[in-house]
Amino acid sequence: MALDKPYLDVPGTIIFDAEQSRKGYWLNQFCMSLMRAENRTRFKADERAYLSEWPMTEEQREAVLARDLNWCMQTGGNIYFLAKIGATDGKSFQQMAGSMTGMTEEAYRDMMVRGGRSVEGNRRVGEHGDAQRPPQRQTPNRNT
Amino acid sequence: MAKITASVFTSHVPAIGAAMDLGKTHEDYWKPLFAGYEYSKQWMKDNRPDVVFLVFNDHATAFSLDMIPTFAIGTADSYQPADEGWGPRPVPVVQGHGMLASHIAQSVIQQDFDLTIVNKMDVDHGLTVPLSLMCGSLDPKKDAWPCPVIPFAVNVVQYPIPSGQRCFNLGQAIRKAVESYDEDLNVHIWGTGGMSHQLQGPRAGLINQAWDSNFLDMLINDPVAAAAIPHIDYVREAGSEGIELVMWLIARGAMSDITDGKQQGTPPTLKHRFYHVPASNTAVGHAILENA
Repeated sequence: MALDKPYLDVPGTIIFDAEQSRKGYWLNQFCMSLMRAENRTRFKADERAYLSEWPMTEEQREAVLARDLNWCMQTGGNIYFLAKIGATDGKSFQQMAGSMTGMTEEAYRDMMVRGGRSVEGNRRVGEHGDAQRPPQRQTPNRNT
Repeated sequence: MAKITASVFTSHVPAIGAAMDLGKTHEDYWKPLFAGYEYSKQWMKDNRPDVVFLVFNDHATAFSLDMIPTFAIGTADSYQPADEGWGPRPVPVVQGHGMLASHIAQSVIQQDFDLTIVNKMDVDHGLTVPLSLMCGSLDPKKDAWPCPVIPFAVNVVQYPIPSGQRCFNLGQAIRKAVESYDEDLNVHIWGTGGMSHQLQGPRAGLINQAWDSNFLDMLINDPVAAAAIPHIDYVREAGSEGIELVMWLIARGAMSDITDGKQQGTPPTLKHRFYHVPASNTAVGHAILENA
């Protein structure tokens, strides 16, 4: 029998359920390692080398290198874990959240000051709100 | 005997802690938010508890994916403010109440709630920001929080998280546990997190003021109905992280008007209610209830 997942029709959203968590286990544990200052330094010195120490998928590594948080989440990342990458980069939570919306930092901040994103048209996939775009990678394929 | 006399509900946005730590509370962006807690800081001084039972969630700080306890009670004597990646917040060490916490753990488990007992844990903004909001800015070395705190962590990071109904029922078990402790202690129970917010995906930034306002009404006046709200309503209406609000139901369920899942005693007195948008990505809600 399939599991009950009533949240799959919420637009622009990936719910971090048990399945996503399994998929993203090593990606998220890599993120946790950045809570130690010495690991942040090593990561910043050579990101690819540091990532290669973790048994992540190559796609997860690419997503981290690109700082494409929607792509990270697609591959099993959770925002509270991914926030450790943002902290390492000196980004605020607002900058991180905004980066997933396709809006500029300023436009996102202004939207929040005006009262945030409306729920109207954004409750279910197929409505006509401003958050209907699926949380897919924003980074184009590299030519390498 | 120990007694729960009041409950406090508040959001725990990390940027609020950063604003306090960096001395930004008088900036135009933050002024209206901190004004909403002026009453609360005075109330805290006038009604100083012996212990705060503080329901919060850890944000991938103490609990990574190594272990994901649904309900975790801190029975340690003290807790260090965590380094969440920006360095630890400059706030005093949190003193625990190991004896009362252990008593509550035993009693609540005997009432069929399977708690994880934690004797070592750093506490992140989920716990320290509510303390800062209610107690004001304190010097990490010279000052101390006004009383010991029992941290109670709820998993709201990985689905499925506990339902609102289970949280509400758990609150009732916690009240029974507190009331079976012999020492005369004035205990406050705090529910933190929320209100509407979403931190991920193209839908990030979602705020639903009408829903939040209705939730506050229900929480205060019709908590049995609030407890019945299913997960999906929080996600759809209040954003994927708005689901933190289930933690408020633990505190509400522990109030004295709730017995056997029904509201049948004298309702608590609403001392303060406040709502503000935004703090960073989040709608901030706050209420203080006193038992009759």
